[in-house]
Amino acid sequence: MSNPRVLELFRAHLPPQSIITDRAAVRPFETDGITAFRERPWVVVLPETVEQVRSVLQISRDHGVPVVTRGAGTGLSGGARPIQDGVLLTMSKMSKVIEVDLDACTATVEPGVTNLAISDAVREHGLYYAPDPSSQIACSIGGNVAENSGGVHCLKYGLTVHNVLGIRVQTIEGEELVLGGKTYDSPGYDLLALMMGSEGMLGVVTQVTVKLLPEPPDKRVLLGVYDDLPKAGDSVSAIIGAGVIPAGLEMMDALAIRAAEEYVHAGYPIDAAAILLCELDGSASQVEADAGRVSDIMKTKGAINVRTATTEEECELFWKGRKAAFPAMGRLAPDYYCMDGSVPRHAIGRVLSEITRLSTVYQLPVANVFHAGDGNLHPLVLYDANKEGELQRAETFGGKILEYCVAVGGTITGEHGVGVEKLDQMCLQFSEAELNQFHRLKAAFDPGALMNPGKAVPALARCSELGGMHVHEGKVPHPELERF
Amino acid sequence: MTGDDSERLITQVRSALERDRAVSIEGEASKAFLGPRADGELLSTRGHTGIIEYRPDELVVTARAGTLLSELDAALGAENQMLACDPPHFGGKGTLGGAIAAGFSGPARPWQGSVRDGLLGVELVNGYGERMQFGGQVMKNVAGYDVSRLMVGARGTLGLILSASLKVLPRPEYTRTAVVAVDRVEACGRSLNLLRKSFPISGSCYVDNHLYVRLSGNEAAVEDASETLGADLEVEESFWDQVRDHEHPFFQGNRPLWRVSLARGSSSHPENCQEQLVEWAGAQVWAYTDDAQSVIELGEGEHATPFRNVAADSSKPIGTEDKYVRRLKAAFDPQDIFNRGMVV
Repeated sequence: MSNPRVLELFRAHLPPQSIITDRAAVRPFETDGITAFRERPWVVVLPETVEQVRSVLQISRDHGVPVVTRGAGTGLSGGARPIQDGVLLTMSKMSKVIEVDLDACTATVEPGVTNLAISDAVREHGLYYAPDPSSQIACSIGGNVAENSGGVHCLKYGLTVHNVLGIRVQTIEGEELVLGGKTYDSPGYDLLALMMGSEGMLGVVTQVTVKLLPEPPDKRVLLGVYDDLPKAGDSVSAIIGAGVIPAGLEMMDALAIRAAEEYVHAGYPIDAAAILLCELDGSASQVEADAGRVSDIMKTKGAINVRTATTEEECELFWKGRKAAFPAMGRLAPDYYCMDGSVPRHAIGRVLSEITRLSTVYQLPVANVFHAGDGNLHPLVLYDANKEGELQRAETFGGKILEYCVAVGGTITGEHGVGVEKLDQMCLQFSEAELNQFHRLKAAFDPGALMNPGKAVPALARCSELGGMHVHEGKVPHPELERF
Repeated sequence: MTGDDSERLITQVRSALERDRAVSIEGEASKAFLGPRADGELLSTRGHTGIIEYRPDELVVTARAGTLLSELDAALGAENQMLACDPPHFGGKGTLGGAIAAGFSGPARPWQGSVRDGLLGVELVNGYGERMQFGGQVMKNVAGYDVSRLMVGARGTLGLILSASLKVLPRPEYTRTAVVAVDRVEACGRSLNLLRKSFPISGSCYVDNHLYVRLSGNEAAVEDASETLGADLEVEESFWDQVRDHEHPFFQGNRPLWRVSLARGSSSHPENCQEQLVEWAGAQVWAYTDDAQSVIELGEGEHATPFRNVAADSSKPIGTEDKYVRRLKAAFDPQDIFNRGMVV
């Protein structure tokens, strides 16, 4: 669909290079990081100023055109998948660092600045921005706000919500909301927290002020090797229980280890059942003390070997395999489906057993990579989309994993967001009353339902069609499990 | 007394709805000095207390809203743990629900985060009388809007909090407070370094011409940092609880006290006001003055709010200068039954 009048108005407010309608040229925008969901937008706009963003929103509102906001398009839940009749508002041209305040230890940037570019801009001052999603080279800070992105270091340093001090948001009704800033709090409702992870449903972020942290003086990475997956899982609880808060605590299973090792040669033991990567940072004496404790715990819990990286190069090599885990899957299967459930740490063992069982039922292999420290699992279901029925089977398998995560007291998404991908599972996690509350909340900011419609929160009709509405205080899936 | 009083609380909310009456939520009333008083029938969480679940290796505690913070501290302390956030107890009586509704933080805030940062999930009753759960007990959770954190600082105007899950941390193995005698200007300069340097800091306070810096971590790291900061005095650890709970001598008396929230690294300190206690590496100032807004030059986003004994305080905790606040209130509580009078 094309809307000539709307296009004409866009052309009056935006430079020609900021409007793309050519069918071939819009193609790169038809999907985000989850390529199974595609839709070609009729127009892509790339504003260069806040004024232009406001114009796009105003014109869209006046003509009842839906708006999907996109950052760098690295999202993993289809949250930025375009809508056929909608505008795709792409923020990548707004990529200036506006200010670095060394007294406040903050950086104020436009939304299109990449996550890593913030740290790059302040590294010379011994500072950095802590959240580090795997896609940090490419993903934008505006997108990080929309998804409340995490990363491998959020166990100690928190998610985006803990590291952003202020944002500016343009609403579909034409207001600019200045939320937070450089202070630690603001009077009234915490709309700043509400905007974090709101998946582009409430407004468009046009400016972000982040907290910068001093680089830790010392850092060390331990690699624990296990011949048994549950032993690695036990080590995770034991490390946390012993009072150590690692900067990162990551686990990989046998399939993931082998794929990563063949792909980047990080020196991982390819016959291991599991490895645990534990990064410790802080003052030299703190790191020294923690490393000794973690190493002892790993050995006590049955690690057959514990290796330590102390130099920058060695640390990077240890991480290299973990960071390459996703692309490495390409060597095992043409396609993979990455899940993002988050569960209490004590349930990790049970969830892994259930995943193994489901893998047999659905006859699809699964590799497990996860942020073990905070219970955030990334099972990668391997499949071949060219084989009849495999995609559907992978999706069903993935859905079952998420149902189990909810049943053990976890959540369907720890950091990737709901987008379009997990709408069905939202029906399991939330009751009708809760979903209605979400819809009313959205309507407070977007009464015409023009901002990213159809994403993040399922319509009640969808849930009743599935027949899977979550039931509180009554029957729930997997009644055999203890809830807590 | 420990018990689940949720059925009675929900019944009272539904009854108020039917009769079109307002309810005024109260725990132990430890923050009753904060204006204004809400209209309506008392809805007391005093009987709704107790820890629902606490597993030390999960670093999470879930408790009912009326649970005393001191009870939480004791249970966590027995496992050598503590709340990640450090809300004031005020008179030793603060409750979990009140800490969330008020959203205040103690001296550790810049380094260990606020109640909002440490909150993982809430169970609440909205203005439709519906019992709902948002967030949960896991550290990472992005399913649905972050309604839990929206409750922090909302002063109970969006719903009744029944229970909440908060993040827990191990207690530091060693703590020491470095105290240096400095004037106000020097304290500002030194405070900036507290953000910029990678010291194991867990609190800062400037009062009576002394800068107090709490250091927590392993012994060698703390002693190193203490030496670098040039500590020349010793102080009891209880000093920090006294500051947090306003039991420090600075807070005695009944003069008008304001809370001033400044930008990180701000230099716009209330110079015309002699009596100040400064926390958060300069960003939170407690000041005795009749009208802080007239003696402090506030920068963008900075704000001063009456805290205690301020005459003719007509301010409302939740302003509705923009329509989104009004609509949000209506989205949760369309009949305005919760803490009526708190929202302009």
